Amino acid sequence: MFSSQIKSHEIIFGSCNKDLLEEIIYYGIGLGADFVEIFIENTDNSSVLAEEDFITSVSPSFVKGAGIRIFKGKKDGFVSTNDLTMHGLKRSVSQAIEMLDITDNNKRESFNGLNKHRDYSSSKKKWINEVPTIHEISEKLLVSTKSLKKNNKIITRKGSYSRNLQEIIIASSDGTYVSDIRLHQTVGLNVIASDAQYRSSGSRRFGSSGVPNEFRLWDHEKAANDVFESSMNMLYADYVDAGQMPVVLANKFGGVIFHEACGHLLETTQIERGTTPFENKLNEKIAHESVTAIDEGISEGSFGSLSVDDEGMEPEKSVLIKNGILKKFISDRAGELRTGHKRTGSGRRQNYSFAAASRMRNTYIAKGEHSKEDLINSINDGLYCKSMGGGSVGATGQFNFAVEEGYLIKNGKLTEPVKGATLIGEAKEVMPKISMCGNDLELAPGFCGSISGSVNVTVGQPHIKVDSITVGGR
Amino acid sequence: MNSKEITTQISKAADFLNLKKWDYGASFSNDYSVQVDKGEAKQLKASQKQILTLRVWNKSNLVGITTTSDISESGIKKALNQANIASDFGNKNERTEFSPLAKDPIEMKDAKKRNPVGIKKLLTLLREAEVKLIESHESIKSVPYNGLSESFYERVYANSDGAFRSYTKSQAALYLYARAEENNKKPRSSGSVKLGYGVEDIDIESCIKEASNKTISHLNYSSIKTDKYLICFSPESFLTIINAFSSMFNARSILDGVSLSNKNSIGEKLSTEALNIYDDGLHEKNISSSPFDGEGTPTKRICLVNKGRIVNFIHSESTAKIFKTIPTGHAGLGSKVSVSPDWIVVEKSEENFDLKTSLDHSTFEGEFVYIEELNAIHAGVRASQGSFSLPFDGWLYKNGKKISIESATVAGDIKYLLKNIVNIESIQEVTTSGISPHIWVNELSITGDA
Repeated sequence: MFSSQIKSHEIIFGSCNKDLLEEIIYYGIGLGADFVEIFIENTDNSSVLAEEDFITSVSPSFVKGAGIRIFKGKKDGFVSTNDLTMHGLKRSVSQAIEMLDITDNNKRESFNGLNKHRDYSSSKKKWINEVPTIHEISEKLLVSTKSLKKNNKIITRKGSYSRNLQEIIIASSDGTYVSDIRLHQTVGLNVIASDAQYRSSGSRRFGSSGVPNEFRLWDHEKAANDVFESSMNMLYADYVDAGQMPVVLANKFGGVIFHEACGHLLETTQIERGTTPFENKLNEKIAHESVTAIDEGISEGSFGSLSVDDEGMEPEKSVLIKNGILKKFISDRAGELRTGHKRTGSGRRQNYSFAAASRMRNTYIAKGEHSKEDLINSINDGLYCKSMGGGSVGATGQFNFAVEEGYLIKNGKLTEPVKGATLIGEAKEVMPKISMCGNDLELAPGFCGSISGSVNVTVGQPHIKVDSITVGGR
Repeated sequence: MNSKEITTQISKAADFLNLKKWDYGASFSNDYSVQVDKGEAKQLKASQKQILTLRVWNKSNLVGITTTSDISESGIKKALNQANIASDFGNKNERTEFSPLAKDPIEMKDAKKRNPVGIKKLLTLLREAEVKLIESHESIKSVPYNGLSESFYERVYANSDGAFRSYTKSQAALYLYARAEENNKKPRSSGSVKLGYGVEDIDIESCIKEASNKTISHLNYSSIKTDKYLICFSPESFLTIINAFSSMFNARSILDGVSLSNKNSIGEKLSTEALNIYDDGLHEKNISSSPFDGEGTPTKRICLVNKGRIVNFIHSESTAKIFKTIPTGHAGLGSKVSVSPDWIVVEKSEENFDLKTSLDHSTFEGEFVYIEELNAIHAGVRASQGSFSLPFDGWLYKNGKKISIESATVAGDIKYLLKNIVNIESIQEVTTSGISPHIWVNELSITGDA
C-alpha cells in the first residue's frame, strides 16, 4: 500500500532516501540557508458514512506531498509541492531561497550529513493489514445507527468513521532523519430528535491513535444509549436565563474550554504575535492554586499522541501550570528561535502543505480531590454543563462556548435541563475562578484548527467548578 | 499533463479497467502568501497543488469515488481501481447520474485573470500596509494577524459522456487585523479583509483605513446590560446569519433531515414581504465565481425568497431528480454529493409598505444595538434547530452616543429573526460573502457582562 511508482531520483516510501534528502539539504545550505527542513508524507485515508440504515458514502483518498522550510535568521520561507522528484524538491528549495531573498551565501552554515535514521515506523507497517476493512466498518456503523432507533422521536440517525494512515519522512540540516507511520481512527454518532415544535440533537465522537483494533473494541451500544439519552433529555428543555452564575463543567470534553481559552495562549505562536496576556508571566500565578494543567504527546492510544512531532522531536510531557503557577509554554522550532522557549515536541501540522507550528497534543487539567457531588453540592443557584459544543477565542482572548447539554443546579441538586446556554469570558479572568477540581479526569478526542491547519488532539479535565462566569441565554 | 491530457489518460485507463462510465473534477493551483511582523518578513509561503476526484459507475450503476494528488498514469489507474472497489458500497437508495446540464453551454464571463506579482512585491506591499496601519493611531501597537496572498488556479470537470469544462482564475486577498492597547483598558482588536482578481485590484489604502477606523472605534467600550434590544445587522453580519442557516434552502439538507424546511416548504412565509433573497454565484462582484459546479452544471442566479416566501431550493443532480426539478449549479463533487450556496444577495422587495423606514443606521437617534460582525459561527449556530447564540462586535447607540460593546452575545431563533425584520435599508453593500443592505430586527436577546 505504500509502494510508489519508482522513478529515478524520487522519494520512495519504505526505502532509504538518505542520499536524495542529503543532496536537497546540501543544495539549500549551499544557496545560503541557515536551516533546511524537509517534511514528506504519503497518506491513505478512508471515510464511511451511514445514514439511517444505509451506507451513503465511502470515500478513499491518497495524497503525497512535501513541505520544505528554509530559515534565514528568524525569517522562514515555506514551499509545498506534490512533486517528489529530485527536480521538484530542488525547485521548491530554490523557490524558498528566492522568496527569502538570500543572495549573500558567503556565511554558510555547515551540514554534516544526516544522522542515523530513527525509524519509528518499523513496527507499524503491519497496521494497514490490521485496521478494519470497509466492509467491516460498514457493518458496525449500520448496527450502531440501528441502535439509535429507540423511539419515533428520533428523526435523523448518522454514524461516521474515518481512518487516516500517514507515512512521514522528516530530514533537516541539524542531522534529523526520521520516519514514522501514524494511524488515527475516529467514529461519531449523531441524532436529531423532534416532537411537534421541539427539536434537539445529540452527538458523540470517539478517537484513537496507533490502535488498529480500536474500532472493533468500540462499545457502540453504550455510545448509542448516551447519544439517545442526551437528545431526549434536551428535547423539551427551556432556554436558560442569561446571567452571571457559578458553573460545574463535566469531565472529558469539558476540557475544550481550557484548551481554547488558555491552552492556545500558551503556544509560542501567540507570544510571537504579542497576543497572549501570559507572555511575561512565567513562574507567576495565573490560575487558582487548585489548577495544574498538562500538555503531552505520550499517553498511549490518545488521539493527540505522537511518536515524534512534525519536526522530528519526540514529544515531552509539559506541565504548563503547576498549582496555579505558569511553568512552561508549548514550543516548536520557530517558537524556540523567535521567543527563546525550548522546543517541547509540539511542532505540528495538518499535512505537508502547512509549516509546523507550536500546537497542543493531549491537554488537560489534572485531577483534584473532590467528587462530582462535592462540586454540585457547593452551588445554590448555577449551571451544570454536562456536554460542551464547540467554541472560539477572539483575537484579544475572549472566549465563547456553546453548552450542548446543560442542567440547572438549585440548592446543591441537579434539576431541569436547559438549552441555548453559552459560556462567555476571558481566560485571564476565569482561570483564577476554577476553585474545585474533581477526581474523575477523563480525556476526549477532537480536532483543533489553527495556524498550521487541523490537527488531532485530546482535551480533558475532571469535573471542575468555576465560581462565576457569564452564561449567555435568552 | 494538462487537463485535456488528463481526460485522455483517464479515458484510456478506464477502458483498460473496463469501466464504462466515469467523471472527474480536478483542481490545479499555485498559491503565494506573505505575513509580516513589525516590518520583518515572518513567513513566506508558496504551494503547488493538484487534486483529482474520480467517480466511476459499476455494472450495477452504483457510484464509487477516490481522491488523489497523483496524476501520473499509475496514480490515475490506482484511483480508478479504488473508486471501483468503493462502488460496491454505492448508495442504492439514491442513485447519482451525470448532471443532465453538464454539456449545456455556460456563461463564460471575462475571468479577469491577472499575472503574479511575486513574493517580493507582496512582501513590500504588506510591510508598507503594516507600517501605515500602526502609524494611523497611537493606540494601535501591532497588526498580529495579517497576510497578502495571490492564487492562480484551474478547475476542470469532465465525464465519459463527452462533457468537458474548465476555467482558470486568479485571486488575491489582503487581511489586516490590528490590536490597540491603552492604559488600564483591555486590548481591542478589529480588522478588514479585501479580495481582488489580482493584487493590483485590491484597494490597500481602504483596507488600512477600515481596519484602523474599526479598531479605534472599539477603544471606548462598556459592558451592556443583559436584555432584549432593537438590533441593526450590518450587511456582513446579516449575510453571516443567512449563510449559517442556508440549509433552509438546501435540498440536500432537507432530504437529510437537518433543515428547518421540508419538501413542502416552497411557498412558506418566512419573513416580511419586503425581503428577497437570491443566490447569485455569477454576480460581477463575486471574485470567486465559478461558471459551473462540481457536477459540471452551469452556475446561475436563483431566487430563494421572494416577497418573504421560499420559492426555490438549491440542488445537485440527485436532489433535483428526487424533487422532480433540474440541478441549480450548487453541487460539490463527493461520494455523497454536497449542496451549498455560492453568493447570497439580499434586497428589499417592492412589497415594502410595512417597513419602518425611519430606522436608518446613520440617522436613527433612538436606542439600538448595531451588530458589526458575528463570531464563532461553527459553535453558536444550531442549523437543524434554528437557534443561535453568537458573540459579536458592535455598538450600543443610546442618547445620541455610540459606545463599543465590551463582550456580548446575541441569541435567538432564525425564524423569529426573519419574521421580526422591521426595516430593510435601501442601500446594498458588497461584502466578501455577498450583498445586503442593513437589516433591522426587533427584540433579540443580548447577554452582556453588566
